[in-house]
Parts: sequence; structure tokens; C-alpha cells
Amino acid sequence: MNIAPRPSFVLNRRHLLGIEGLSREEISGLLDLAEEFVDLNRQIEKKRASLRGRTQINLFFEASTRTQSSFELAGKRLGADVMNMAVSTSSIRKGETLIDTAMTLNAMHPDILVVRHHASGAVELLAQKVDCAVINAGDGAHEHPTQALLDALTIRRNKGRIERLLVAICGDILHSRVARSNIILLNTLGARVRVVAPSTLLPPGIERFGVEVYRDMREGLAGADIVMMLRLQRERMNGSFVPSVQEYFHYYGLDQKKLAYAKPNALVMHPGPMNRGVEIDTAVADGAQSLIREQVEMGVAVRMAALEALSRTLPNA
Amino acid sequence: MLSDRRPILLANGRVVDPSRDLDIEGDVLIADGVIREAKRGIHASGVPEGTEVVDCRGRVVAPGLVDMRAFVGEPGAEHRETLASASQAAAVGGVTTIVCQPDTTPVIDDPAIVDFVLRRARDTAIVHVHPMGALTKELRGEELAEIGLLKAAGAVAFTDGARSVTNAQVMRRALTYARDFNALVVHHTEDPNLVGEGVMNEGEYAARLGLIGIPKAAETVMLERDMRLVALTGGRYHAASVTSEESLAVLRHAKQSGIAVSAAASVNHLTLNEIDIGPYRTFFKVAPPLRAESDRAALVEALASGLIDIVMSDHNPQDVEVKRLPFAEAEPGAIGLETMLPAGLRLVHNDALPLATLIKAMSTRPAELLGLPCGTLRPGAPADMIVIDLDVPWVLDPDALKSKCKNTPFDEARLQGRVVRTIVGGRTVYEYV
Repeated sequence: MNIAPRPSFVLNRRHLLGIEGLSREEISGLLDLAEEFVDLNRQIEKKRASLRGRTQINLFFEASTRTQSSFELAGKRLGADVMNMAVSTSSIRKGETLIDTAMTLNAMHPDILVVRHHASGAVELLAQKVDCAVINAGDGAHEHPTQALLDALTIRRNKGRIERLLVAICGDILHSRVARSNIILLNTLGARVRVVAPSTLLPPGIERFGVEVYRDMREGLAGADIVMMLRLQRERMNGSFVPSVQEYFHYYGLDQKKLAYAKPNALVMHPGPMNRGVEIDTAVADGAQSLIREQVEMGVAVRMAALEALSRTLPNA
Repeated sequence: MLSDRRPILLANGRVVDPSRDLDIEGDVLIADGVIREAKRGIHASGVPEGTEVVDCRGRVVAPGLVDMRAFVGEPGAEHRETLASASQAAAVGGVTTIVCQPDTTPVIDDPAIVDFVLRRARDTAIVHVHPMGALTKELRGEELAEIGLLKAAGAVAFTDGARSVTNAQVMRRALTYARDFNALVVHHTEDPNLVGEGVMNEGEYAARLGLIGIPKAAETVMLERDMRLVALTGGRYHAASVTSEESLAVLRHAKQSGIAVSAAASVNHLTLNEIDIGPYRTFFKVAPPLRAESDRAALVEALASGLIDIVMSDHNPQDVEVKRLPFAEAEPGAIGLETMLPAGLRLVHNDALPLATLIKAMSTRPAELLGLPCGTLRPGAPADMIVIDLDVPWVLDPDALKSKCKNTPFDEARLQGRVVRTIVGGRTVYEYV
């Protein structure tokens, strides 16, 4: 273990429920800590012992492959015992036993709960009922803090800074927790944020989030340093919010032509999983400007940072 | 029967009777279940032997409150609230008449159910209870309910409760048919399609919480449609719960055109706004949703000007099972029988509203609209009345609430003023000690 941990940084909170309320220093501290884990993760010996003896439960009320495996790997690399509970596939039906499930798990004395839920505010509700630390792995259309942190880390490593960068977030803003967390984080770190979407996919009141609102991709991407694409859920594609996949791709799908309106060295991001041919063209997704695979790598590092930072304030830490 | 009640003299109080624009220092004498006199100096001129004299110095004596919109679980959901428990809560809150909604199981769309409610209330409730009948069968918004027979059985108005009649043709026929019986149609104005999956007021705050918003237009569209239908049919119409500034403009226009409409606002919408939801507090989830502060302020102004006729509690008991859930999945509704007046007094203490206006909107006006003999201190009127201490400060303790459910948005709220005595039919049913 030749990477020395930096025990100086402590996230002075019990839970990580959202980006909202985090200071610039806290965000930067988490990103700095994550940098160390990026290096660690590229070595053959990837293990640290800072969470040894700790129990981490990943409680996912909504199916997720990448976020759950990212948290699982992060916990294991820090030495925690990790258990996955996929509630959506078990017999527990939605909503009704959230608190009961929380209380049951709480009785098993976990140290950290990583929770994803389809309802906004559900993770906060659960956090009020348990004794351990809780990390929000996505709640409804509210927040997904570790995604915003990994996006910020990816941007910072590629552009050297976040301040004054022009970031265009494009697509289904209305239903996106990724967009909300990113808007808050990027604004906190001094970036200039645009949102680009058809009006049916913009939440009323979005203009009060400190963003510039665009309905036209070419105008919205003009001069952008970062183009962040969002996933459009299948059930929203056919007539309810946009008329069709074809029309959506025509106006809002990111292809080389539209990307050309951004800065020449603009970088493309996507939280995954991608709908190729819906919100993003394959050539762009796999192209030279794409950071999408790097985002996945940063995901593990950022989650290690979040786990490590919270564990430092756990009882008996 | 009535003669076994001792006469009561409420002496030296501030007597507020909006039915006669009365606001004087004086006495009220009650005997045989009716008000004998309400004027200055009864005490001096002598009272019947055996009269209980209650010193009301520094207190307000007013007609008992008539709560025009309360959801009670009986029949069908007695675990949430019974007529008995609702009436206990009402007595504490100074509500001497509860108007319960037809959203029960079975629905109050059959004269036998009206009869059942009235008999259960007579046997178990300590305040008056009058049911509203269903406007359409099973509240489905499709076929007219038996408005004539329901009215004859004792239904005081007709409504689909918390549901809106989306079919304009059905609404037109209901208004037209109800007119022949001089029946009041009460309508919850929320277009369910525009509400969609919405759970709170649409706007910045909903966007920040990641919750789907309900546009104000969901209410305005329905209210505006109704105004046209009322003009077309000449029916008597009451908007059950208006919440937005835009709705007030629609109402103002209708009233100025001479259409027979009235409107109510819930005490929740008059004293709370969407920001109170804070971190997803489900006790603040109500339908229609709490709106912006500008809407709340506009409602208070409209109440002061008389554009809003009525203040109601919108009492809707929901247990923990359906409230201790993520916000979007929780049931809407808040209890209010016990807090309607104390919460409403916030407006009086803030100088936003004269006391008499509040009492009028909570008592005199609803009684008039429903054709009930209460809501007044006129000699000969039923002795349904309350004594209020306007100034006593207190903190609401949910465990002390009489309602079976504790879903109050005024949980732990600091309140000023409360009812200290409630009299129903000349009998004291509640006394604060």
C-alpha cells in the first residue's frame, strides 16, 4: 500500500443524501480523495483496509447494474463486507415496506447503507429511521450525488478545472436526478450551466436553478466545453412527452453534426446506460471526444471516496 | 327533554354575531336549547333560577362553527375516524356542526346511507352532523345520484367529494336537475388528467424536490368550465376548495356577472404554502396541493373582501400506514377539525382579517348556504355556540388530539387562541380547563 491515505479530510456529515447543501470545500475534498483512489484502482494491489470490519448493505429498490456493482466494488476495495439487496426483484412490493425494510436491516447493525429508490425523498425518509450512515444512490427525480461527483471528477481530470467551463446538459431534464445533482454541483464549483431539452422535458421553474435554458441543440451547444447527455426512458418516447424516437433523435440526439456546434475540444458525457440512436449516435458515443468509459472508472473511485469519507465519522472510527 | 338542561348565562363576553353585524360587550342567555337573548346587561335584569353563570370576561362568545368539508371514515373506514371521534375532535375545535362528505364505503348515494349516518350521529356524536349526498352514483361522475330522495332523507348538499366530475355533460345535467330541488352542488375543481401523476404545486419547489407538479390550471380549467355551466343552467354552485390566485379571478368575474356561486378555502391553504412541505413532509400533502405564498396571500385577501365565502377544515384523517411513505406515494389529506379555528386565528392576530369575518366564514355563511338554523346568536336560534380565548398561547401536541389519526400539518405548531367552551343545543360538550 504505497498510496498514503489522507485522513485530514472528513466529510462532517452522517449521510450523503444529495449535492444540495454541500459546500465547495466538501465537494473539492471528496474529489481530491477520489483522485487518490483512481491511482489505487490502477494498481495490481487495489485493496485498502479502512472499512475493514464494516458492513455495507446496498439496498436497491430500483434495478441498477452499474451503480450497484460500482458501489459493491468500492466497498470491497476498502475492505468492507458488502451485501447486495435487490428489493425490486424480491416479493416486497413498491413503497409499502420501505420503513419496515429499513428497520429490519437496521437491526443487523450495518455501518453504511447505500440506497436507491424510485421515489423522490425516499432515501431521506429511510435515513431518518436508521442508525447507520446512508448514501443516496439515486432517489426518484431528486438527486444522485455520486453520479454528479464522478462527472465532476471526470471533467476536472480532463479540463484541469470546473470553474468557468460551459456545460450543456441535454435531454430529459424533467425526470433526471442526474441533471439536478449536476446542476447544483457545477453551479457550486463555478461552472456555467445550460440545459437543452424540448419544453415537455423541462420542469417548470428550471430557469430559477441558475441555468440557461435552450430548446434548440445547436444554440444550446454553441461554445460548450462539455456536452452531458441524459438517458430518455423508453416509456416517455412514444407520444407522452415526445412524439417518437425518430423525431427526438432528429432534434435532440447528439450526432457529429450537432456536436460540431460545441467547442472543437468539447467532451461528451453520458451517465449510462445509453440508448444509442435515441439520445446519442454510436459514432459520438465511441468517438474521440467521448468520456463515457472514463466516467465508469471514476465512478468506483468517487464511491470509494464517499464511503471512506463517511466512514471516518462513523462511531468508533 | 330540553327542559332538563340548566339555563346558561355567558356573561360579560365580547359577543360576536356576524349574522347581525354584532360585536359588543354583553351577555348571552341560553335556555331549553335555544338562545334566549344576546345583548348588553342581561345579568343586571335577572336570569331564571338555577342558571349557570359563566364569566366570559376577556373572551369571545360566538356562534358555533359549521365545518362544510370534513371527511369522516364512517361508514367503511372506522379505523381512520368514526362519527364519534370526529365529533369529539369537532367539540374541541369549536365545530358544532360537521358536514361530512359522501366519500365513504359504501358511498352516501342512497337515502338509506344518509339515514344510517344521521342515526349513528344521533347515537354517538356530541355535535351535529349533516352529510352531503353524492352528486353521481358511486362518485363515478357518470350517472346522477338520487338528489331528490337524498335531500328528503337529510343530505344538505351534493358533491362527489374529493373527486371531480370530468364529463361536462354530466355536470350540466346535475346542475340542471339539482336546480329543481333547490339543491346546492358542491364541486372539487381539479381536472384529474391535468393533475396526472402530480403530487404538489407545480413550480420551482417541486422541481427542486424532484416531484411532479400539479399546475394551477388543473383547478382553473375546471372552475372556469363550471362557471359556464352554472350560467347555462342557473343551478346553485359552490366551489369546494379554491387555492390559487387565478381561481379567484374566475370567481370574481362570475360573481360580478351575477352567477349564483360561492367558494370555500381550506384553513390549510390560508395559512400554509408549498415551502412548508420542506423535506418531503407528507402531512403537508393535501389535495388540491398547497400553493405558492402569493396564492396564499391572495386567498386571505379574498376572504377579507368576501370573494371567498367560507373557510373549512378539509378534515381528512389518514393513518401512518399511508402517510409514512415517500411523498409521491403517500395519501393526501390533513386533519383539521381541532385546528381550524386556532390556525385561522393566525390571520386575525396578523391583522390580515377581522375576527368577525373569520367567524362569519366558519359559521354564519356555511349555515346560510346549507339552510341550517345555526350560525347566528339571534334569539330563538339553536344554542350552538362557542367561547373563545383569543390570546392563550399553546403548542399543539399530536398525542392530545381527539381525532383517531394524527396527520396534522400543525404538529408541534405554536398557536395563539383556542376554544374554551363548546355548547351544542344548549349543552356544554367541551370545556377547556
